[in-house]
This record gives sequence, structure tokens and C-alpha cells, in this order.
Amino acid sequence: MEEIRIGVYICHCGVNIAATVDVAEVARYAGTLPGVVLSRDYVFMCSDPGQDLIRKDIKEYNLNRVIVSSCSPRLHELTFRRVCESAGLNRYLFEMVNIREQCSWTNEDKEANTEKAKALVDAAVRRVHYQEPLEIKDAPYNPNTLIVGGGIAGIQAALEIANSEHKVYLVEREPSIGGHMIQLDKTFPTLDCSQCILTPKMSEVGSHPYIELLTYSEVEEVSGYVGNFKAKIRKKARHVDVSKCTGCAVCMQKCPYKTDSEFELGLAKRKAAYIPFPQAVPNVATVDPNICIYIKSEGKKCGACIKSCEAGAITAETLLHQTDEIIEVEVGSIILATGFTTMDPKLIPQYGYGKYDNVITGLEFERIVSPTGPTGGKIQLKDGKEPESVAIVHCVGSRDKNYHEYCSRICCMYALKQANYIKEELPDADVYQLYIDMRCFGDGYEEFYNRLSSAGVNFVRGKVAQVTDQAINDEEAGKLIVVAEDTLLGRMLRIPVDMVILCNAVEPQADAGEVAKRFTINRKATGFFLERHPKLDPVATPTEGTFVAGCCQSPKDIPDTVAQASAAAARVLSLISKGRITLEAAVSVIDEEKCSGCRICNLLCPYGAISFIEDEKKSRINEALCKGCGTCGAACPSGAITARHFTNEQILAQVEALVS
Amino acid sequence: MEVLSPYKEATDVILEAGGEPLKLCYQCGLCTGICPWNLVRSFLVRRIMHEAQLGAVDFGGEDVWTCVTCRACVQRCPRGVEIIDVMRAIRRAVASMGIGVVPDALRISAKNIAGVGNPLGEVPEKRNDWAKDLKVKQFASGTEILYFPCCIPSYDPDVKTVARSVATIFNKLKIDYGIIGTEAKCCGESIRKAGQEDTFQSLAQNNINLFTSSGVKTVVVSSPHCYHTFKNEYPELGGKFEVIHITQYLASLIDEGKLKLSKKINKKVVYSDPCYLGRHNDIYDEPRKILQSIPGVELIEFPDARENGLCCGGGGGRIWMDTPKGERFSDIRVEQAAAKGADIVAIACPYCFLNYRDSVLSMGKAETMQVKDIVELVAEAI
Repeated sequence: MEEIRIGVYICHCGVNIAATVDVAEVARYAGTLPGVVLSRDYVFMCSDPGQDLIRKDIKEYNLNRVIVSSCSPRLHELTFRRVCESAGLNRYLFEMVNIREQCSWTNEDKEANTEKAKALVDAAVRRVHYQEPLEIKDAPYNPNTLIVGGGIAGIQAALEIANSEHKVYLVEREPSIGGHMIQLDKTFPTLDCSQCILTPKMSEVGSHPYIELLTYSEVEEVSGYVGNFKAKIRKKARHVDVSKCTGCAVCMQKCPYKTDSEFELGLAKRKAAYIPFPQAVPNVATVDPNICIYIKSEGKKCGACIKSCEAGAITAETLLHQTDEIIEVEVGSIILATGFTTMDPKLIPQYGYGKYDNVITGLEFERIVSPTGPTGGKIQLKDGKEPESVAIVHCVGSRDKNYHEYCSRICCMYALKQANYIKEELPDADVYQLYIDMRCFGDGYEEFYNRLSSAGVNFVRGKVAQVTDQAINDEEAGKLIVVAEDTLLGRMLRIPVDMVILCNAVEPQADAGEVAKRFTINRKATGFFLERHPKLDPVATPTEGTFVAGCCQSPKDIPDTVAQASAAAARVLSLISKGRITLEAAVSVIDEEKCSGCRICNLLCPYGAISFIEDEKKSRINEALCKGCGTCGAACPSGAITARHFTNEQILAQVEALVS
Repeated sequence: MEVLSPYKEATDVILEAGGEPLKLCYQCGLCTGICPWNLVRSFLVRRIMHEAQLGAVDFGGEDVWTCVTCRACVQRCPRGVEIIDVMRAIRRAVASMGIGVVPDALRISAKNIAGVGNPLGEVPEKRNDWAKDLKVKQFASGTEILYFPCCIPSYDPDVKTVARSVATIFNKLKIDYGIIGTEAKCCGESIRKAGQEDTFQSLAQNNINLFTSSGVKTVVVSSPHCYHTFKNEYPELGGKFEVIHITQYLASLIDEGKLKLSKKINKKVVYSDPCYLGRHNDIYDEPRKILQSIPGVELIEFPDARENGLCCGGGGGRIWMDTPKGERFSDIRVEQAAAKGADIVAIACPYCFLNYRDSVLSMGKAETMQVKDIVELVAEAI
């Protein structure tokens, strides 16, 4: 057997480690351990000179095991594995010890830290004796991509990828793509018409040869792994033959049954047979089975749409017998662009939403202002009158530990934009912004703030305490009174207005938790999807091959969303372009001689990587699916399963050192 | 607690009176941080801007009249708010609409200016008496330069020396100049800042008509306040003349070699930048150039000079109002000058002259420190 020759490196991490761990002492101690031929301490092991040091030593001292004691393996394990590989040493002969997060940062007692660091290094030294070189394998990468969510993020990512002539499945649960952006009238700070800049992209998606658009559909199940995912998608029954539907909307005119329009946020009605908005993509009708009386009466009543549909797209057959369809797609990468929802302002009863007619949300105001909206773009109160004064209340449920601690990031700017709508249409109307801080950080945003200031919008610094209709003088009679402290004057302020717009918080979709589980990704404390690294990798998730874009990851505005979506697309394209996927070698294997075929492991494996071979009555692990979690190995009653790189000998050697 | 509601009518009055720039204010408070009043008392400029935005200004309060219009805040306002215009608009609202109280001292000066054309209440016929024995000719069409000394050097017995020095220098150098008739009136700069817009308009029209009908092309002034309004405000009202401050004129004569200063003045001289010459009109170098051309003069600087120079306290109509001891900026300046060992505080503005003179006297420093206009030093050194 080959002689074990270990090199141990103790990193100072500047003063991060060296200030509270006696690194020289740890290095000296490491030098006394069996198998260690050299041990050093160095100021920054991750620096180029630090890396060179390891390479040089491997050659000069003929090292066949390397241990670096520094920071978390999450940060630099890959760095040092590559260093070893570049010097001809298999990456699995490297071991990392974390003496920063686990020693120097947790405790100021230098002596105790040093002792702990020594113990951890000892454990690693004992472990590496049992480490073996492992062979790294490749698998082909499926160039198709699944994008979930058809808002601006999903649209942008889909077009970026499809334009490189790679297939995209774009799944949207609503009848049309467009997301929140298509509901907006204008976008800040340039005041581009939102629909005008989005609809060309929507129709491009609708007709793109490389995009398969699956609207009114939801992903139900995802299996597989990076490069080779499988997704089951439910195409909900539209009760319309979409191959025949021309989008003529006659069914919509003839249909006698109405419900609140989701697109108009309940400010207008839609029919049971409907196209959600005129520029919908795809431009096909949907029949809502919960409203359609024909469906509910099992064909006994109505049928107006059937009679009116010249194209024959709506028939008794489609209405009564069309069912949801489950399709299965195979993709290499997934981009989640599932967007956001807004907080229900009724949760803050003192703001009077739902109680007073003219307390509305920002998104509702967008619909009111939109020329295609319920008032044809006319800014008016519920009774049809023009408001003489409007208060825009910031931070409704944002920056508030009773609701959401985070800043929703878009409200300051859309509040300014909405003030602009009002000032343009009703120049004499008084507009009050009730803010805590004006956060206008983007390109051209501060200038926009400046512009609205000069337009005479009133800025009052103070979080609104309540909105009431209880007048205390004649001037307040018949008005909504916004009550706040003007914190810049240190005085209580009562502002009588006709309309109150609430900037209610951006929050995760109601089913974000289920979606995260379905795609095996995690969520942050805020409920938004967790990115791999908040600064350096805000696009990837810890699940390989699964990316996030837009507001499902955190509240963000359109420019940031588009940038993130393009970045996600770029990441996917780089994987597609590489064309194969490197498989982790530290996975489990079953010694078929020892396997009794009990199938305990089959059920435990969270990745579905273990199958049972009926003929042989043995279990077998698909190495491409296995993540090396070790669950099966721990559970196997006959000791037939070995988790490579985490063998019993390796773990026990470590434990032995730590308990001795 | 007293509850406030926005009072739009009051805001509109201020906006209409020229307070439009206040819309831009985003309440950062830099103005308050810079305002010299906060060296001696609390004066929250930021707060006044916000009160004006909400129409909640205390029109009857003292703060309305406090600003000296020194421009320290405007110079650095990150939103470019013309804070002086806002202050002026608030005062204008008080003065014209009677919604507050104009302080007594200011009311008297305003009455004098409106009545006899000068703040001192002196008879107009004596406006040119300062020049009586100096062989100064009356300006006539074709005269190259009109010298306009400002009301204070024209009437104030102590400050007359400023006008007289100018005449002495011009006579020696045989400059083709004259003074205008006694129909001339106060330039109106400060009374406008004090909110008396109608008075200003009438003064300006009077002077513009007089200058124009007399054929004035070039005016040399002693006061930076006259300079400011002639140069920056009269043109809008139809008065278009070349306006030169005396320090600019003398500096150019030195450059051309026409003015030679030969007599030694062996003194330490500290120069105080007038707000209306410096921050308002960006003239910093010419006065220093003149002082440095005087043999023997050691020119020293205040700790905060040029753009950061401290106001004497006399702008915006404050020259006519009483500032209590302990709150006078010129007192701070005299202390600073004494600490630097200055023998002479050189000024270039009649308001500075008055304020520094009072400070030196009231602080008992008259034995060791003199206050002199630059032109006096030039007249001595010529």
C-alpha cells in the first residue's frame, strides 16, 4: 500500500482567523500527527501565492493528501480541489477544515479556539487516510428549457433562449401571458406605455418557433436532475377547441353570465366565456366552468356561446367533456419566474381598505388610469366624480415587522409615477405622498423624483396612522382624512382628501411554498425563493440547473427583472453550450452481493435515485440522480450501501479524533 | 396637541410671490446646517421650507424676517432651491397681504425709502452733498462713467469717506466720470428682499428712467447690493447698463498700469468678502488683487473666506433691524480678525462697513483695529 503523505495548510484569512486562533500553534501541532509530512500557516491560502504554495508542495514533497484549514467549504472547497487537480492529485484526496465559521468567528477565547482548531485538523488528518480517488463522470445535457411564469421575467428569459434556437416550454397558469406588467399603464421613470413595450414581446413569444407556450397550465411534478429533468404539466381544460378558436370574442359578447374580472382586479366584470384582455396571448377564449351555466347544468341551460361560435371552437363536446390534459416534457434546465402577489390591505384595518370606497391599491389605480381599464383611463372616484385631492400612502405592510420587514422596492417609484398620472390628467388636484424615506435609487429615478417635486406634489414624511371619515371640521366633511405625524415639523397632520392610494407590499405568491417544494428549492425568511448567493449568484438556486428570475426571488422593478431574466437565460445557455453535465462522484453504491432486496432504501431516497431490479431482487442506485446525501447508507440493514467519500471508516476516524 | 392641516391658499400665495423653487426642496436640512444663524441661535431653514410647502408658515413669527440672504445655503443646496426667493416670497406675502407683522425698524426704513428714496430718511436734495468740495461733475450725456455711491456713503457721516475716496482716486487719475442728480433713489435691492416688491418696482423704474434719459452706459458702484440689482434685476425691467463694482474697476486700472500705488501701508489687513460680491456675483479676486498691490500690506484671510465667507449680518433688510448683542455675525468676524492679529478689516460694502464699525466700537477694539473700505486704502496709497 502506498505511503500516506499529507500536507496541512492553516490559513490566517488575514486577521479573520489569526486574531483568535493561534495558527502557528495549530500548524506545529498538525506537523506532529501521523502521516503529515509538512504543515504550514499562511496569510491567505485562497490567494494565487497560497494556491501556488500547495501546487509546489504536492510536487516537491510528493504529497498524496492535502488538508486546508480555513473557511467554509461552501466558499473555497472547489478552489482547492482544482488546485489539487492541477497538480495531478485527485480532488477527492483533498479535505477542508472550517476553522473560521466554526472557530474564530464564534468565540473570542483564543486558547479554546486553538484547541478546537487542533481537534478539527486532527479529525481531518485521520479521515484523509481513508479517502480514495474517485472517478468523475459526464452525462449529456438536455438543451430544452422549462420556464415557469409568463410575466416579463419569463417572457424575457424565454426569448433570450429561444432566439439561440433552443427549445423553451413556457408555462403560465393564467389564460394569457403578460403578468403584472401588462396590467400597468406606464412604467417608471421613462413613462413608456407598459402595454406598448410588452405586447411586441408577448406576440413574439406566441409565434416563436422555438417556444412552446403552455398557458392555463401548471407544472405538477418535477423529477430528474440538472441536464435531465422531467416535468409533468397540467393543461387545464379551456372548454374551447383552441385549434379552431379565432379569438373573435363573439362568445364573450353573447355569454350572459358574469363574474369579477381577475385582470381588472374586480373593478370590472368578465363573462364566463372570456379573453382576459384585448392583447391576450394566446388570443383564444376560455370558458370558466365555475360560472358557465351550461357546464353547471350539464348542458340543460344556455349554450349561447355554442350557437355564436362560427368557428366551431365551442361545442357541447368541449364544454361538457373536455378535460385537463397532462403532458410530460424533458428539459435540462428550469427557470422559475413565478412572480409575486400584493398584500391584502384589509390586514391593516386602520387604512380603511374595503371600508371606504375610495381607498384603493396602487395596482387598482393602474387599472383605473389605463385607457383599456374599467373607466377608460379616466381618473375618478367610485361615484364617477373627479378627485380634487389624492393621498398616496407608502409602506403599507412593507418595512413593518407586523407584516413584512423588507422594503417592497417598487412603491416609492410607482407612487411618483401615479402622482404624475394625476398631475397630467388633473393639474389642479393636490397630491400628497406620505412616505418614510424616498428610495429612488435606479437609473433616472432621482431625476424623476426631482421632476415630480417641481410639479408641485406634496411630500409629507411620516407613516400614516389611519385613514378615517370622521371629520372634525367643515373642511374635512365628506372627505377621507389621512392622519400622520409630519415628522419634519414634529406636528400632527390631518389631510382631507378624496382618494387614498395604498402602496401595499409586494409579497410571495400564495403557493410559493408548494412551488419551492415541487422544484426542490428553498425559500428565504421573507418567503421569496432563495438564491445561491445573494451577491455573487443571485440567479442560480442551490439546486443545480434551476434558476430564478424576477419578483419570485425578491421584490424588484422591471429593469432589474429583465436583467435578472437575461442573466438566468445566459446561465442556461452556458450549460446548453457545454452540452454535458459533470456528475458528482461522491455518491452511494450498493454492493449487490450484500443487498438483501429489502427495499428500505427505495422509499427513503429523496431523489428517487434507487430502483429495484425485480429479476435480481436487488436495489440499484442511479448515480446521475444520487446527490450523495447518505440516507440510504445509514438505513441499509445489511451494510450493503456505501456513500462514497463519506464511508464508515472516514466518518468514524473523524469522530474518534473529536471524542478522544 | 395642536393638529395641522395643509393650508393650500397660503402655499399658493407664497408660490405666486415667487416661491416656486420651494417645490423642489426634499428636506435634507443642509441649508440649516450651513446657515450662519446657527452659529449664534437656532434657525431651521429646512423647517421653514417645509412649512411653506404645507402653507403652515408662522407669518406672525420672527423667523420670517431672520434670513440675511447671504446665499450660503443656496450655493450648496443639492436640489438647487432658490431659498432666498422663497424667503422673499414669504415676506412679500406678509407685507402685501397683511397676514403678519412687519418689524418696526424695517417698517420705518421701508417708509423712508418709499417716501424720500433713501432708508435714512434724509432729504433727497442732500444726496450729493458728500461731493460738495471735491469738484465732482454732474453726469451728462457723453460722460464715460456714472459713479453711483449707494445711499449710505451718500448720507452717513462716517461712511461718506467711501464715496469721497472714490472721487479722490478718480480725480487723480483723471477718469471721465460724473454723479447723477438727486432725483436718484435707493437701488431697492434690500427692500425687495424685505418683501416690499411695489417699492422696489417704483425705485427701479425711477432709476432706470433717470439713467436711460441721462444716457448712462456704464455704472461704477460702491455697494455690492447696488451691483447685484443693477446687474441682475434691472435688466428684466428694461435697465440695461454695464455695471462694474469699484473693486473690479480699480483692479482693471492696476492691470492697465493706470493706477500705481506707491505709498506704503505697513499693516496686516484681513479682507471680508461681501455676500453680494462673492457668493451672489462670484467676485473674489479683484478686491484681493488691489490689497496685494498696496506696498507694505500683508493680506491675511479669515478662517472661512471666499465662498465660505461669513456674512456681516446686514443683508436681506437686516441692516435696518436690530440684532441683539451675542447674535451679531460681525462680532464673530472681529474676534476672528483679532485672533489673526489684523490691524485693518478691509471691506467692500457699505453694509459691512456699518456692521463692522459697530462691532469694533461695541467690542472696545477701536484702538487696535480699523475698519476701512478698500477704496480708502487705495486713496491713502496712491
